[in-house]
Amino acid sequence: MDVANFDFTAIGLTLKLAGITVILLLIVGTPVAWWLAHTRSRARVFVEAVVALPLVLPPTVLGFYLLIALGPNGWIGGPAKAVTGSALSFTFTGLVIASTLYSLPFVVQPLHSSFEAVGKLPLETAGSLRASKWDAFFTVISPLALRGYITATVLGFAHTLGEFGVVLMVGGSIPGKTKVISIEIYDRVESLEYTQAHLLSGGLLVFSFLVLLTVYTINRRLPLHVA
Amino acid sequence: MRFVLLVLIFLASPISSARSGEVNVAVASNFLGPLKEIALRFEKQTGHKAILISGSTGKLYAQIKNGAPFDLFLAADSLRPALLEKEGFAVSGSSRTYAIGRLALWSRDPKKIQGDAAKNLKERSFNHLAIASPKTAPYGRAALQTLKKLGVWDQVQERVVQGENIGQTFQFVATGNADLGFVALSQILNSRNKFKGSRWEVPATFHDPIQQDLVFLKHGESNSTARELIKFIESDAIRKLIEELGYRIK
Repeated sequence: MDVANFDFTAIGLTLKLAGITVILLLIVGTPVAWWLAHTRSRARVFVEAVVALPLVLPPTVLGFYLLIALGPNGWIGGPAKAVTGSALSFTFTGLVIASTLYSLPFVVQPLHSSFEAVGKLPLETAGSLRASKWDAFFTVISPLALRGYITATVLGFAHTLGEFGVVLMVGGSIPGKTKVISIEIYDRVESLEYTQAHLLSGGLLVFSFLVLLTVYTINRRLPLHVA
Repeated sequence: MRFVLLVLIFLASPISSARSGEVNVAVASNFLGPLKEIALRFEKQTGHKAILISGSTGKLYAQIKNGAPFDLFLAADSLRPALLEKEGFAVSGSSRTYAIGRLALWSRDPKKIQGDAAKNLKERSFNHLAIASPKTAPYGRAALQTLKKLGVWDQVQERVVQGENIGQTFQFVATGNADLGFVALSQILNSRNKFKGSRWEVPATFHDPIQQDLVFLKHGESNSTARELIKFIESDAIRKLIEELGYRIK
């Protein structure tokens, strides 16, 4: 097997996709998780259920809806085409949208539980010391919820690396744009190129294991905050 | 206790295959539509059931090599059936041509493809051009050869999206996600296809012939239904049907 001939494009692309997805998810997921942890609204259970949907739905359901929604006649792809001139299926941006939906529960749920564990008290205390809400959140709450953030980041990242079905359906296997590691492995196996498939699969296996090992080790050392 | 016994009996009973009157057929995606129709007629006439498993020829080939329980394989090329014979996964001497595939450039839009196809492609007035994976799907290989023959591969390459098999490729175009795609003529002619759109039928000389061979697999050697199905497919009535559905026959 000639490693020199090995294509690293898929690996770089996958890491980029997972990185961008996780950053977006932390930005979107934080307010959602915060709201879920503190609201008394009746809508809460509905939002919780919606967030958890990607956990139980087959990727084909998400893939099918996304293929239609991201396409030139879809309700996301249509406006995108009007603005940028091209729809979102078969694009990297489309994959980012798909991955964000697909990995949503893996980021929101750990944040939600850690916000619940921290409770409202630290925020109220900070407030009584005249810290603004934003200040209090960034200096008091987020350090306390660090464990939740680490878990959310790692799970969101790792889960995006492992994405397959959705990408297969809306990606179109374009090298350097939408052909991620999992698709590359599938292609290699289908064309009986087992050496390359082994290399990629083994790499992903070791990498995922190390990532999880790291997060569990860190979590063990970090104190749990319970209000 | 009685419940547990029932469950055990249920689990122990064979679920499919092996039972007489059934045959597991692995079929290349392009021929799935026609074979569904053929299987329906076969069942009506003989009472036997054909269970169809579809995918790209390359994928099915890899699955057969890894022990998939298929009795018959209707490929989209002649290469894989021949390899399976040589490698001992198929009954030697059993492969034969059941259809010759026809490739077409297709768009959902009735006005998209007009006149000179090469010019159409060169002008790049399309968002994406869908083809099947040239590595595993014979129609994908033929599409690639056609693009090179037309001398437009370099111009269109960056707009090419790949379907895992010709079925997915067709669906990329049918959902409007790709303006153009190289698909099997039989898919366009299929009665379930709502869009007649516009098309250019690729001359047979633009690519290696898509000679679609079937082969009798070792797994089905003792399955008489499989033999019956082969005979049925080779009957005059079915050969005529295959031609009507968008293929050439030998």
